[in-house]
Amino acid sequence: MTAGTTGLKAYVRGIGLLGPGLADWTLGAAVLRGERPHTSTPVELPAPAALPSAERRRTGATVRLALAAGLEALHGAGLEGSGLATVFASSGGDGAICDEICSALATPERQISPTRFHNSVHNAASGYWSIALGATAASTALAAYDGSFVAGLLEALSQLASTGRPVLLVAYETDYPEPLRTARPIAAPFATALLLDANPGAHAAAHLQASLTGQPADTLPESSLEALRAGVPAARALPLLKRIARCEGGRVVLDYLNDLRLAVNITPCP
Amino acid sequence: MKPLALSQFTATSAIGRGLAETLAALSERRGALAPCAFETVALATCVGEVGQLEAVRLPAALARFECRNHRLALLGLEQDGFSAAVRRCAARRGAARIGVLLGTSTSGMLQTELAYRARTPAGALPPGFDYAATHNPYALADFVRRVLGLEGPAAVISTACSSSAKVFGAAARMIGAGLIDAAVVGGVDSLCLTTLYGFHALQLTAREPCRPFDVARAGISIGEAAAFALLEPLEDVADPEAIRLTGVGESSDAYHMSSPHPDGRGALAAMRQALDSAGLEARQIEYINLHGTGTASNDSAEARAVSTLFGHTVPASSTKGATGHTLGAAGALEAVICALSLRHGLLPGGLNTTAVDPALEVDYLTETRRAPLTRVLSNSFGFGGSNCSLVLERHPGGA
Repeated sequence: MTAGTTGLKAYVRGIGLLGPGLADWTLGAAVLRGERPHTSTPVELPAPAALPSAERRRTGATVRLALAAGLEALHGAGLEGSGLATVFASSGGDGAICDEICSALATPERQISPTRFHNSVHNAASGYWSIALGATAASTALAAYDGSFVAGLLEALSQLASTGRPVLLVAYETDYPEPLRTARPIAAPFATALLLDANPGAHAAAHLQASLTGQPADTLPESSLEALRAGVPAARALPLLKRIARCEGGRVVLDYLNDLRLAVNITPCP
Repeated sequence: MKPLALSQFTATSAIGRGLAETLAALSERRGALAPCAFETVALATCVGEVGQLEAVRLPAALARFECRNHRLALLGLEQDGFSAAVRRCAARRGAARIGVLLGTSTSGMLQTELAYRARTPAGALPPGFDYAATHNPYALADFVRRVLGLEGPAAVISTACSSSAKVFGAAARMIGAGLIDAAVVGGVDSLCLTTLYGFHALQLTAREPCRPFDVARAGISIGEAAAFALLEPLEDVADPEAIRLTGVGESSDAYHMSSPHPDGRGALAAMRQALDSAGLEARQIEYINLHGTGTASNDSAEARAVSTLFGHTVPASSTKGATGHTLGAAGALEAVICALSLRHGLLPGGLNTTAVDPALEVDYLTETRRAPLTRVLSNSFGFGGSNCSLVLERHPGGA
């Protein structure tokens, strides 16, 4: 495979970030630059104000996490959400809902809450996003286990190559309750969002060009950030976010499938 | 969009294993919905169950993927020489140049449901439970990629009942961007308790076999299926009459999580976009395979959207009266049914529908019709307001 042979490229016009000790992109970027220490402050999940109150009450942690990161990237880019295509990438959706449903199905009554059931779909965040923003454009929800961030990035970049219109990528994951946690340990809730466009707009942060590679994924020297990167599928984006935060160019290799990774060439914007 | 060929395709559902059985059932109007006897389910509803899945054996090297969804996936891959054709394609193009993009709604979730029943006294899941290889959505693409020996990009799209229609669009974009040269697309969804009890909780399952577009329609019948296609650039395929994917449209309702917009706003946008990307006018479509689930609101919203765009004269039907609603597999299953319709000039009449609802202003077929077809449309709409429409074509003589 040769690098740079694909049309997979984009400007990053907006960034969202939410994770332990990474309260938003502004604060998180300072941590990634080494200007602030990385603390283990738990993630606070805002109730999405953009949703009607009935819908807002029905949202779980996963949807709130995804919407918060997505909205930060959208506002950072200064774009309207209503016509924007979106890609939601998550390894497994909402573990708390899955636990509730499977627990209920293990009882003689097998009573499932209808709201829990429709919130259990992998595209729940995509659905609530479209309702919150009146977003009627294409929206997808995909998964590639620990490589879900890169799977989402590839889908977003190939959409951009195909339509020429901006795409919002949101990658997110919440930790699971026991007994699922033992089977699928997710270190912490974490979400990141990238608003990708063919044009830089007024203040793009960086230009990206992606290609597949067999090389191993980059790791991070800071142990607490590396624990996040390795422990949450969406946090596999951290080596890329760190370069962008530091306005550094160069090449990062991001985790994807068992035998395949994604190389991203980064050019910081002035 | 640049058209792609479905150089190979196959489908396995309750109405048959592989294309010949599927075509025969559609031609002879044989449905497969029967009262639910699945697992320990005690619900008064009908299902489209694929028989003898218990007899399917996974390769020893892939034993950790053991679950109903992967037995169904493997059974599907083995029909119509599909796996062999993909391996030939991989030998020709390189295994790293072929993507795997599949849709599912519940993947192998049944394993987790069973594991919860078998929790230890301390509340732990039983030893041997393998979440990554069964329940996780990506498990499906991981399994299929390993079975086929492919090494290219892979992902599972899980947008409820539009999942395996949307994979056609994702694959076309990846091919268009030069990331891959060809893609295995498809969908696999299998019966599990979550969907059966979940749709029951939403009061969306019918007691009798589902009756799409009927005045007395009372809900869905859940089915299961595995359907696959190999997508390749048209110019690489020798058969001039190969079925072509020429249009994809995707939209969001932005309305409600489990009810469609009453006017079918999102459905209309998806169909319009599919026609635009195919460069076609509505009058050029000769048959519509409707999403047609058989719930009051879904069929009503879809009928409004279809009649707004196509008027009242394009023949349309839902094949869910035969197969049941195969959820995340429905998009791919019905794309393959459309491919069969094009190849054999068959417009399958919808089953179980005896009195078409006069409020639904579409030309709903209740009898199977024979006519040469060149351009058809397939609709797939899901929870979260996720909509996808596909245009498929076949041109006699390769024109």
